[in-house]
Amino acid sequence: MQRLPRGGQWLLALLLALASVFPVSGGQSPNDASFLATLGELREASYSDKASIAERLGQTGHPSVRAVLTALLQDRLYFRNSDQKVFIVKAADADPLNLIDPISLKDAGTASADALTQIGTNNGLRSTLRTIVAHFALASPDAAVRLDAVREMSRSLDDANVALLRQRLSAETNSGVRKEINIGLALAALDGSDSKARLEAIATLSQSVEQDVRNRLALLLDKAPDGSFAESDPKVRQAAAAAVQTIDQWRSFYSGIETLFFGLSVGSVLVLIAIGLSITFGVMGVINMAHGELMMLGAYTTYVVQTAMPGHIGISILVAIPAAFIVAGLTGVGMERTIIRFLYGRPLETLLATFGVSLILQQTVRSIFSALNRSVVTPDWMSGELRLNGALGITYNRLYIVIFTLIVFSLILLVLKRTRIGLDIRAVSQNRAMAKAMGIRTEWVDAMTFGLGSGIAGVAGVALSQLTNVGPNLGQSYIIDSFLVVVFGGVGNLWGSLIGGMSMGIVNQLLEPYAGAVLAKIFVLVGLILFIQARPLGLFPQTGRAAEDK
Amino acid sequence: MKRKSMLVAAWLLAAAMVFSNVAAAQNTIKVGILHSLSGTMAISETTLKDTILMMIDAQNKKGGLLGKKLEAVVVDPASNWPLFAEKAAQLLEKDKVAVVFGCWTSVSRKSVLPVFEKDDGLLFYPVQYEGEESSKNVIYTGAAPNQQAIPAVDYLMKDVGVKRWVLEGTDYVYPRTTNKILEAYLLAKGVKHEDISINYTPFGYSDWQARVAAIKKFGSAGKKTAVVSTINGDANVPFYKELGNQKISAENIPVIAFSVGEEELSGLDAKPLVGHLAAWNYFESINTPANKAFIAQWHAFIKNPKRTTNDPMEAHYIGFNLWVKAVQKAGTTDVEKVLAALPGTETPNLTGGIAKVLPNHHITKPVYIGEVRADGQFNVVSKSPGLVAGDAWSDYLPGSKDIDADWVTLKCGNYNRVTKKCSGQNYK
Repeated sequence: MQRLPRGGQWLLALLLALASVFPVSGGQSPNDASFLATLGELREASYSDKASIAERLGQTGHPSVRAVLTALLQDRLYFRNSDQKVFIVKAADADPLNLIDPISLKDAGTASADALTQIGTNNGLRSTLRTIVAHFALASPDAAVRLDAVREMSRSLDDANVALLRQRLSAETNSGVRKEINIGLALAALDGSDSKARLEAIATLSQSVEQDVRNRLALLLDKAPDGSFAESDPKVRQAAAAAVQTIDQWRSFYSGIETLFFGLSVGSVLVLIAIGLSITFGVMGVINMAHGELMMLGAYTTYVVQTAMPGHIGISILVAIPAAFIVAGLTGVGMERTIIRFLYGRPLETLLATFGVSLILQQTVRSIFSALNRSVVTPDWMSGELRLNGALGITYNRLYIVIFTLIVFSLILLVLKRTRIGLDIRAVSQNRAMAKAMGIRTEWVDAMTFGLGSGIAGVAGVALSQLTNVGPNLGQSYIIDSFLVVVFGGVGNLWGSLIGGMSMGIVNQLLEPYAGAVLAKIFVLVGLILFIQARPLGLFPQTGRAAEDK
Repeated sequence: MKRKSMLVAAWLLAAAMVFSNVAAAQNTIKVGILHSLSGTMAISETTLKDTILMMIDAQNKKGGLLGKKLEAVVVDPASNWPLFAEKAAQLLEKDKVAVVFGCWTSVSRKSVLPVFEKDDGLLFYPVQYEGEESSKNVIYTGAAPNQQAIPAVDYLMKDVGVKRWVLEGTDYVYPRTTNKILEAYLLAKGVKHEDISINYTPFGYSDWQARVAAIKKFGSAGKKTAVVSTINGDANVPFYKELGNQKISAENIPVIAFSVGEEELSGLDAKPLVGHLAAWNYFESINTPANKAFIAQWHAFIKNPKRTTNDPMEAHYIGFNLWVKAVQKAGTTDVEKVLAALPGTETPNLTGGIAKVLPNHHITKPVYIGEVRADGQFNVVSKSPGLVAGDAWSDYLPGSKDIDADWVTLKCGNYNRVTKKCSGQNYK
C-alpha cells in the first residue's frame, strides 16, 4: 500500500460520488466519445483486462458510469452482434430484451437474445466491480447499503478509499455506519508510521469481533525468519496481542451461542415432526408408519400452493400452512375411517397396514408429480441471515422454524387442555369405556384425534419443504427420527417430545464437529438405547391408571 | 353388433402388433439401457435414458445400422445397487443385447462389472468417476480424475490463488477416492496438512448449517479458501441454499463442484450461487454449431424447450457414436470384434474437439471450468489448451502410479510396470 497522497485520483473519486448524487443525463459531451471507446474495449478483453478497463471507466467520472458498472456486475451488459454497440439490458431474463443506451440511459428499443452477446464476468472481476460501485453506494440514502459499501471498501484500503471513508465519516449520522467506518480507518491506520496512532487504532479495533480484524491484528505479531517482528514497537505489539486475545474470547463465546442455536433448530425440526406422532402414537397407541408420508403430503401441498400463486411467493408459505393441515388431516381421517379403526388393539396389524398406506401414498405422489424432486422456492423474508454482530449470524429460515415450532406446540397444548375436543381426546385416551359411558362419541373422537395428529404432520411438511428436498422419499428420512423423539420423551407426553427433541438436537450438534455427521448420529442412537434400557418409559413416563392400561 | 365388430378390430390390432413385433425382432439390433428410473438417482439418470432413446431414434431415421433397425431394451434398476447386477444379467443373458449404455454412481458400476466380464458384454459408462479401474468390457466416456478434478484444482491454485482447501464429499467410493487423489496432489504441490480439511456426509444429507458454519470458520483464517465439492445427488440443493443463507459468496469462498451441472441447477434458484464453479468436459452454454444442433434435437425429442443438456448426456452422445462407428468398422455387433475395433475410433464431440478411444478404454476430452450464471447456465472461465487423454490409474497415488492399462498391446487393465505383471482386474 502506498502512503503518498495521490490527490488527483481521490479528487476524481470525489467527483464520482457527487455525480452519483446528482445524476445528469442526456447531452453529448466530449467525454462521451472516450467513455464509449473505453466501454467498447470490454467486448474482446480477457477477465483481467476487463478489471483494468472497469477501473479506467470508474475514473472517467462520466455520469452513467455507475449504471454501466452496476449492469456489468449484474451480467446485464451486452453488445449487439450486428454493429458491436454496447447496451445495458433492463432484465436479463426477458425476451425480447429491453435495451438502454449506456450514455443517455434512455430506452433504446428491444432486441432478441440471439442478436446480442453478453459481456461476461468472473469472480475476480466482480469483486473489483463491487469495490468501484461501493464508492457510489457510499452516498446512498439507505443505511444498510452504506454499511455494505463501507465493508466492501474496508477490504481494499488504498488511499482513495481511505480519503472517501474519512470524508463520509464527517457527514455520516448513522451510528452503525460510523462504527464501521472507524474500524476501516483504524485498519488503515495500522499501516501508519506513527506508533501512537497505531495504538489508538488497536484500541478501536479491539471492540470489533470481526474475523478480518482479528487476522489483521494477528499479522502484527508475526515474526519474520530473521527474528524481527512485523510490528517494530513492543508496546503496540503488546496491545495487539491483548486485542487478539479479547477478540478470540468473544468469538468463542459467540460460537458457543451459535452451536446452541444450531442444536435448537435441529431440535425444533425433530419436535415438529414428533408432535403429530406423539398424538397418534402416544395418545391413541397407533403406530402410524405413514406419518412421514403425511409430512410429504404437506410439503407437496406447499409446492402446489406455490405453483398456483406464482406472483406471491412470500404469502404462499403462509397460505400453505392451513392448506397442508387440511390436506394431511383429511388424509389422516380417511385412513382412520377406512383402515385403522378396524385394527384398534392389534398393533402389529396396524403397523403393517399403515406401512402399506405409506407405500401407496409414495407411489401416488410419484405418479402425479413424477419421481423427481420438486423445487419449493424460499421466500425472500426467509432467506439470508440476521447478523447480530461480526461473529454471530442466525439464518432466517432456521429462526422462523424455531419460532414456528414453539407456536405449533403451544397451540396443540391449548387445544388439548382448553377445548372441548381436547377434553374428549384426553378422556378417551385415559379410559375409553368410561368415556363412552359418559356419552362421548369415541369413534368420532378417534377420527378427530388422528386427523389432528396427521394435520400437524402436514404442517411439519411445510417447514421441511424449506429445509430439504421435496420428493417422494421425504417422509422416509424423518420417520425414524420422529419415533425416536417420542420414545425418548415418553410416550403420550407432549412436553416429553419437546424436551426430548431439543436435547437430541443439541447433543447431536455438540458431537458433530468432533465426530462427523454419521458418527454423531450413531452416538445419539447408542446413547438413546442405553437410556431406554435404564428408563424404558422415557423421560416423562405416564403415571396413573392410563399408564397401566398400556 | 357394434360391440362385436369393435372386439374383432381390437383383436386384429393386437395380433398385428404381436406379428410386427416378431417380424421386427428378427431384424433388429438390441441396445440395452441400464439407468435408474426411480429412487434417489432417478433425477439424473432418467435424462440419460432419454438421450440414448433419442440417439437410437435418430440412427433408425438414418436407416439403422448394418441394414438393421436398432431396438431399445429399457430396464429400471431403481437406484438399488444389487438390482443393477440382476438387470445387467437379464439384459445380457435373456435379451442378448449387443451393447449396454448405463450406470451413474460408481457403486452401480462396481456392481455390474463382474456380470459384464462373465457374460462378455459391452458397457458404455457416461459419468465422471474416480479412476483406478480399467475393464476389458467397459468404455469410460466420462472424465477420469486427470480430466476433471486435477485441472479444477490447478485452476483454483493458479488463477484464483487458493491456499486453503476444504474437500467436502458424500460418503461413498467416488468422493473418497477422488479426495485421496486430490489430497496427495495438493500435498505434492506444497500445501500444508493444516490447510486441508476433509469431510464426508451421508447421501441425501440436508442439515448443512453446522457444516457450512465450519467451512466459513475454516475459510476466515486470512488465506484464500475454496471448497472442492464431490457432494452427489440431491444433497446439493440444501447445501447451496445454506451457502446462500449464510452469505458465503463465490468471491469469498468459491465452491467448485464435480457433480453439479445444468440439470441439477435447473431445480434451484441460481441467483445466490452466481460465481460458484463447476468443472466438466461440456457445458450447454458453449456455442458451437454441433452443440446448437444437439440442443435443438433434444428439445424436439423431449418436447420441452426448457430442458437442459449436460455433460453425461454428451458422454452418451459420444459413446453411442463411437459404438456405431466401431460396429460399422467391424461389420458386426459381436462384442469381441467391436471391442477390438474401438481403440483408435474417433468421433467429434459437441464442443469442437475429437473424442478418441484410447487403449486404456478411456477417451480424449477437453476440460472446461465454468462459473454459475444467474440463469442456471455456466460461463466458461477456463479451457484446457488441448484435449486431455483420460488416465485410468492416477499418477499421484503411491500404489497406482506404476500401473498401466492397455487393451491393445498388453491386453491388460492393470499392468504393473515395475514388477512387469498383470494382476487381474481389480486393484486394491
